[in-house]
Amino acid sequence: MLKNRCLIDPSDFTREEFREIFDLAHQIVADPEKFSKSCEGKILATLFYEPSTRTRFSFEAAMLRLGGKVIGFSEPNSSSTAKGESIADTIRTIECYADIAAMRHPKEGAPRVASHYIHMPLINAGDGGHQHPTQTLTDILTIERLRGNVENKTYGFCGDLKFGRTVHSLIKFLSNYEGVKFILISPEELRVPEYIREEIIKKKGIPFQEVQEMEPYMGQLDFLYMTRVQRERFFNEEDYIRLKDRFILDMEKMSYARPDTYVLHPLPRVNEISVEVDADPRAQYFAQAKNGMYVRMALILKLLGIY
Amino acid sequence: MLEITSIDKGIVIDHIKAGFGFKVYNYLNLDKAEYNVALITNAYSEKMGKKDIIKINNVIDIDYTFLGLIDPNITVNIINDGKTVKKVKLEVPQVVRNIIKCKNPRCVTSVEHYFDHVFHLVDKEKRSYRCEYCDDIVIPYPAK
Repeated sequence: MLKNRCLIDPSDFTREEFREIFDLAHQIVADPEKFSKSCEGKILATLFYEPSTRTRFSFEAAMLRLGGKVIGFSEPNSSSTAKGESIADTIRTIECYADIAAMRHPKEGAPRVASHYIHMPLINAGDGGHQHPTQTLTDILTIERLRGNVENKTYGFCGDLKFGRTVHSLIKFLSNYEGVKFILISPEELRVPEYIREEIIKKKGIPFQEVQEMEPYMGQLDFLYMTRVQRERFFNEEDYIRLKDRFILDMEKMSYARPDTYVLHPLPRVNEISVEVDADPRAQYFAQAKNGMYVRMALILKLLGIY
Repeated sequence: MLEITSIDKGIVIDHIKAGFGFKVYNYLNLDKAEYNVALITNAYSEKMGKKDIIKINNVIDIDYTFLGLIDPNITVNIINDGKTVKKVKLEVPQVVRNIIKCKNPRCVTSVEHYFDHVFHLVDKEKRSYRCEYCDDIVIPYPAK
């Protein structure tokens, strides 16, 4: 039963519960019009303490396409946070007005704290460099639409694996499925955090390699998940400049990949994927963005108990 | 040789790693105690070389979570009529609440201060813990 639950971390739901969400998302993709009045009279609050285009628009579009309404703020200076209000007080107040909320926050664990103070469903829309579970839903729906299922596949993750919260959430999710393998491509300084490597990948006995080159591993991949080196996660500008151009996917590197290797990216992209790659049918990152809206529609419907 | 007499009724916290006695003393607020308390540092130990001991001349509530976190090899003996009536076996705690703090500057605990700091045991051998909020791993008191 997903009604009134919070999605803060991919481990909050079971495989079966995620299955319910994906099954509904596939139905929405097939016939979005059928769901266009499902959330009439419901309000989604979007609490974005950090800039976002895609995720916020995706949540808002999802609710509007379900016939619901949206309230919220897109930067903390326009909210009571600027006056020093705590996360707990803000979320308790928002609960008086909304039926469901999505929160993005620069501090890791902020949505978890908020979830302890409310009864309405709350969705983590990204917390610092920690987790981004709805991006994972987006990624999985895309993988399922392209290749049927997530099992028995080799996933390459490339770029900033340390602060890349989408990577952390996706690895955590995929680790529950049989036959997955990970190839983790990053500079030494941006390797996956210890808790991901030790507590999730190693503990679940998943085969993985940590490498610092792309070309030799491209041919092994079913999916290549590219990420941006995020300026906002660095305390030191020099480190950012040194690392930002380390891995750039271009057509020359794509020539090492198989015809059925798909490239995903949570977006926004800066320069880590050359624009020339966009025309390659294996580049699926814009389709992925559209899937994000559909899967968020499914999530909202499930958490509100409408479907 | 310094001699501390035995106690009739109270608690002896023994086999504290040398140097940690004062930490335990402070954590248990023994500096505010109105009964006799002896903190012995660098006592000879066949097993440990040096150790710290705390003798408390009163039966008080002890936070075993904290002692287990510092070192599960610490022994706690409850004394009555000059005899040990109970030996408490410490364990590495599964959950630690409001004893250690997360050092990750990106963690929500660094900016909001009205809720518990909670850590979950990850590896009993290494004594590593995971912050409930940001998942950062810490080893507050390494095994060696």
